Amino acid sequence: MTAGASILAQITVAQQAPGLMAIFFAAAITDNILLTRFLGMCSYLSISRQMKSAVGLGAAVVVVTACTAALNAALYWHVLKPLGLEVSLQLILFIIVIAAFVQLLEMIVERVSLTLYFSLGVFLPLITVNCAILGASLFMINKDYQVVEGLVYGAGAGVGWMLAIVLLAGIRYRLRNAKIPAALEGPGITLIISGIMALAFIGFSGLIKS
Amino acid sequence: MALATLVVAGFCTAFAALLVVAERYLLNYGQCKITVNEGARRLDVKGGSTLLASLMGEGIFIPSACGGKGTCAYCKVKVLDGGGPVVPTEEPLLTPQELADNVRISCQVKVRNDISVAIPEELFNVREYTATVERIRDLTYDIKELRLKLIDPPEISFTPGQYVQLQAPPYGDNPDSVYRAYSISSPPSDESHVELIIRLVPGGICTTWVFTVLKEGMEVKFNGPHGRFRLTASDRAMVWIAGGSGMAPFWCMVRHLREKNIARACRYFFGAVAQRDLFLTGELAGLSKELGWFQFIPALSGKDQSQWSGERGLITEVVDRHVPCPDSAEAYLCGSPGMIDASIKVLQAKGFGEKDIYFDKFA
Repeated sequence: MTAGASILAQITVAQQAPGLMAIFFAAAITDNILLTRFLGMCSYLSISRQMKSAVGLGAAVVVVTACTAALNAALYWHVLKPLGLEVSLQLILFIIVIAAFVQLLEMIVERVSLTLYFSLGVFLPLITVNCAILGASLFMINKDYQVVEGLVYGAGAGVGWMLAIVLLAGIRYRLRNAKIPAALEGPGITLIISGIMALAFIGFSGLIKS
Repeated sequence: MALATLVVAGFCTAFAALLVVAERYLLNYGQCKITVNEGARRLDVKGGSTLLASLMGEGIFIPSACGGKGTCAYCKVKVLDGGGPVVPTEEPLLTPQELADNVRISCQVKVRNDISVAIPEELFNVREYTATVERIRDLTYDIKELRLKLIDPPEISFTPGQYVQLQAPPYGDNPDSVYRAYSISSPPSDESHVELIIRLVPGGICTTWVFTVLKEGMEVKFNGPHGRFRLTASDRAMVWIAGGSGMAPFWCMVRHLREKNIARACRYFFGAVAQRDLFLTGELAGLSKELGWFQFIPALSGKDQSQWSGERGLITEVVDRHVPCPDSAEAYLCGSPGMIDASIKVLQAKGFGEKDIYFDKFA
């Protein structure tokens, strides 16, 4: 995984860094981490039954993805790269940073505001191992983003993930009264819907002529 | 390589230290008081863990199948005060009625301050007991009576009809301990003892252990009391129907009623195949004579019973012949599922309401 990531990193080094707005919208829409890269599917499928929990979980993902992407960018460019360890250690250290950050954030949120904790904090343990968050950090390095760009890219990827789960929760709400063949109920129909949504998002990326 | 190891180890240590410090200062809720059932018990616990874990740690056994993940919804507890707002992970598991009644999923409620909870009496009383086997006696060729002397806690309080779960530790080819439910056959007045009536189930893990491994003087563990099959507090007439080790709750009930001088009219039908399956008949016949309100009616269903002068036929047929129209009577059934289902049919045909039939089916 690290070797592949580093090759990709070398390929993309040559690309010019685009503006922050472009990074954000590309991450959220055309390069949607959930619907075009299929990361973070597990919680996406299981927590999308209710709109309220989908929004809470989505918001938690936005915060965590943005913050960990910035932290990991700092770690990568200012610690690992100078030491020459970026290839061997980026994956393991990114995971450690994410796990520690999520735990710390949960504690802080619980202490600072119980209201915020109950709307957002309870979802934090669920996303410690969400691969979309690690994915955002790794893709960010592939794209050669620095700390600020990483923060924006992470926020964009998180917003994209939130957008996808909120849309799915909306569709599932509508489907409650629909007659679905017994064999397709639950995960079956959810996966089919996700596929159709993914097609639509690929349509977004088709708008951009490379 | 050494540098890489050092960096990883360094980061891990730094993060671990950070989290430990953060937990010490951020999640320190100090000592919290849990008041159970309006002061029936007061627990001093360290705040910060879940209500379920805190109660379990103090020896109050709340049922939980998922291990505190918030999915099984067995660990429901009424939180009267101090539970904080309902967590989103609880909402899908609670009905609107339960939400209105302050019922919470106790594994999702954190103890952050003093909390007041209401726990059903039967759960509140459940404890794990250590006991020694004081006596094992053969009641029939395949039924044994176990008399256990309680060590820790030294006393038990229960309602006649309830059961305990006996733990069979790993033995022979069985690598895990298993728990099996047995009704208590001794009366509640004997607080320091529990008697169980156990029939050998061919291939049964726990009963085989009782019959082959367990000896007098050995230490056993059980938890309880459990169960809603309980003698009610009313004064209505009763019909008892049992077979085999289904004797246990009734052997407890009749002695309890006698001790407490509760003269509830009661007919006890006990079904067996042959005479060798009957036990405690002498004692029960004696009680029938002594107590005007109690009548013991054993019946044999086997073909060749030339020596037998008592009732014959399936227990359901005997019940059908003897039980009059139930003006206001309760029925208590304990035995195999087949016997219970058949008896319920007979009783309902006689006019017993569904609510007046209590039963304890052997699983």
